[in-house]
Amino acid sequence: MRLILHIWRQKNPGTPGKMVRYEMNNANPDMSMLECLDVLNEDLMTHGQEPVAFEHDCREGICGSCGFMIDGVAHGPLPATTICQLTLRHFKDGQEIFLEPWRSKAFPLIKDLVVDRRAFDRIIAAGGYCSVPAGSARDGNTLLIAKDVADRAMDAAACIGCGACVAACPNASAALFTGAKITHLGLLPQGQPERHARALNMVLQHNVEGFGSCTNIGECEAVCPKEIRLEVIGRMNHDYIAASWSRR
Amino acid sequence: MKLDSKVPAGPIESLWDQARFDMKLVNPANKRKYTIIVVGSGLAGGAGAATLAELGYNVKCFCFQDSPRRAHSIAAQGGINAAKNYQNDGDSIYRLFYDTVKGGDFRSREANVYRLAQISVNIIDQCVAQGVPFAREYGGTLANRSFGGAQVSRTFYARGQTGQQLLLGAYQALERQVAAGRVTMYPRTEMLDVVVINGRARGIVTRDLVTGKIESHAADAVALGTGGYGNVYYLSTNAKGSNCTAAWRSYKKGAAFANPCFTQIHPTCIPVSGDYQSKLTLMSESLRNDGRIWVPKKAGDKRPPGQIPEEERDYYLERKYPSFGNLVPRDVASRNAKAVCDEGRGVGETGLGVYLDFADAIRRLGEHVIRDRYGNLFEMYERITDEDPYKVPMRIYPAIHYAMGGLWVDYNLMTTIPGLFAIGEANFSDHGANRLGASALMQGLSDGYFIIPYTVGNYIAQAKLDKVDTTHPEFRNAETQVNCLTKRFLEIKGKRTVDSFHRELGKLVWDYCGMSRTASGLEFAIGKIRELRDEYWQNLNVIGSADELNQSLEKAGRVADFFELAELMCLDALDRNESCGGHFREEYQTPEGEAQRNDDLYSYVAAWEYTGPGGDPVLHKEPLTFEYVHPSQRSYK
Repeated sequence: MRLILHIWRQKNPGTPGKMVRYEMNNANPDMSMLECLDVLNEDLMTHGQEPVAFEHDCREGICGSCGFMIDGVAHGPLPATTICQLTLRHFKDGQEIFLEPWRSKAFPLIKDLVVDRRAFDRIIAAGGYCSVPAGSARDGNTLLIAKDVADRAMDAAACIGCGACVAACPNASAALFTGAKITHLGLLPQGQPERHARALNMVLQHNVEGFGSCTNIGECEAVCPKEIRLEVIGRMNHDYIAASWSRR
Repeated sequence: MKLDSKVPAGPIESLWDQARFDMKLVNPANKRKYTIIVVGSGLAGGAGAATLAELGYNVKCFCFQDSPRRAHSIAAQGGINAAKNYQNDGDSIYRLFYDTVKGGDFRSREANVYRLAQISVNIIDQCVAQGVPFAREYGGTLANRSFGGAQVSRTFYARGQTGQQLLLGAYQALERQVAAGRVTMYPRTEMLDVVVINGRARGIVTRDLVTGKIESHAADAVALGTGGYGNVYYLSTNAKGSNCTAAWRSYKKGAAFANPCFTQIHPTCIPVSGDYQSKLTLMSESLRNDGRIWVPKKAGDKRPPGQIPEEERDYYLERKYPSFGNLVPRDVASRNAKAVCDEGRGVGETGLGVYLDFADAIRRLGEHVIRDRYGNLFEMYERITDEDPYKVPMRIYPAIHYAMGGLWVDYNLMTTIPGLFAIGEANFSDHGANRLGASALMQGLSDGYFIIPYTVGNYIAQAKLDKVDTTHPEFRNAETQVNCLTKRFLEIKGKRTVDSFHRELGKLVWDYCGMSRTASGLEFAIGKIRELRDEYWQNLNVIGSADELNQSLEKAGRVADFFELAELMCLDALDRNESCGGHFREEYQTPEGEAQRNDDLYSYVAAWEYTGPGGDPVLHKEPLTFEYVHPSQRSYK
């Protein structure tokens, strides 16, 4: 099949970028979007041109490395799917598509489709953990956790930290990401001792990084490849308000 | 080079206690004065870095990904074993030990495996305390399932994302130490050499993947948790970035490389669909519980599966192994799939695939039962292949997904370079010639949380290390070498891309050092690999410069190392004149076509020593003795 790709090319943060048009005449409907870029890159390099830089690793939708906008939609048109799992059969023969990096002040661009997402690590470092040094744990079965609670914690813990929620949000908020971790640990008994401090510190770090506030638009939930629910933002707000009160 | 396994003497149950008691301790107030480098941030590296920092050491942790949370441990699906015996079904530390030694086809070190089984129970406790959302029963207790052919239910899991959840636990512990200022994290930074001073590992040289800056980092000890080398085959279930560079460059600095020919092939992956294919996707092994595997009886039969009548189908596993049928172990299932495809009876466009058919199970149990059991897997299959497995049989084919071989380590997980440790998949230690399902996660976390925190301290307490910083000439030398190599890649300006070489190399290794091997094939492959490597250094084309994000330059270095590793793998496979575990030499099989070990001659760990460019590697043998689990022949008829 044939595809016309318009790709954001930018050598580095200091050089202005632009959309560049590429024609793919040897695409195959069974290829993933990333394999399509592989083929394009092989072709570019054979002709002495710089390949398109894009992030990827596991190519099974779990590592969270990949992600860019396709026609303005984070991870492209297929719901609950990362770009590495998106095959070209979901596009029409001859279709023109536009690929752009995540755009957010807190995710500075590095090159082409690659952005810096270290802000997410810093949000986790602010409190996204239970403080249990190795060796200090008691027997796992002394802690009973109802199945539905464990299941809901798992739903939130499934976040892969790809950044699509930020890219989709008109406010560039990372509330879905932050709320997912606060929900995962806040639902479990292990997370209770630090629950308030966690909510306060993670939300504070979220704001320090330059992510915007959540205004309940819901674009994040719509693009999340792991289907994290907006509910986690509600829980984040609940814990944050409760913590603010108890810390007065 | 002398191999000393440093296994303490005594009854196996008390070896680890004894070893820990014999270890020298570092005064808590002194720990912060020591710097430890951990390369890799997966289950072994991430857990190790976090735990060493908790103890008070000053830790520097490096990963090539943009965040430590992306290490490839994240992709493990099935679960993690532990000898908790929560199901009251007869499990014990001894039984897990026994199963693992036997499953490894008697090519692992008993003492290490016993310790792994002992520690397995602490791992589960630690992960639960961190908030890992393991599956639970309605009463709130931890759920278990049986996995990988084990006869007890000892596998703990978090849906099909166990690796992800365990890794996030380690990552969160690591980030806590980053916030506390005890770990400095270096993401997007690749280790390109280890620096050895006065016979001890004293640091590494790295490249910043964004700016291209080459930098030295000094330390009192270095631990590599850099994963396996499955990507030498190009197509594998490993992440695209997984590589052997850290381990390989350590090998070239004096660390012995053990059992490189022991690689594991997983039988149920989605087959290759075209020559653009970049990686292979694993489908859970559990599918074989209800699916029946078959190919047409006639070679070259291109009819769609629905038009091939029952009597013209060959359910070859059921035919050859009536008692185990479709549930034979991974190595046997994989080898048989290859055999029928070699006969021209493979299915799909490429002819490299076999059917995994659920029609009988759907007829017997109803579609809803199959949907309950495997719904998410069927969905994933359909997403990739655009075929509905409820209507058309799945097509599967084996693929590489784990390396049992790796850097040789002693009981303390130290390589033959003092001060250089190797943990997780990067070492060779616990799985022998074949790894059992759900035990890779166990080993990574065991090494990281519970072994190196002790053994690194023991080393530091005894080593009497001089003060060394990065102005030392050895750091300058290593930096110069790294810079020269980078320059060389950019100056070749040939015609072929890195990937085109990697793909060709991968195919060679897969064809001759993959699922089955022969002496003549291996010799042929060594010649071919050398030829292709010569071309690599003359005809490679790396676009761009050294001082920017340059993904083809990164790959060029990794593939250069894969070329050298591939040759050593073939050499090792050629030396091992027997079949065991993942290593099947066609010359050595039983009259029924099964793997035939030779315990008299090959009950050893093959540890290879580098002897310089162009020199032949020297083989050192660490004899393996089995005092507790007596070697026996596996049979699945």
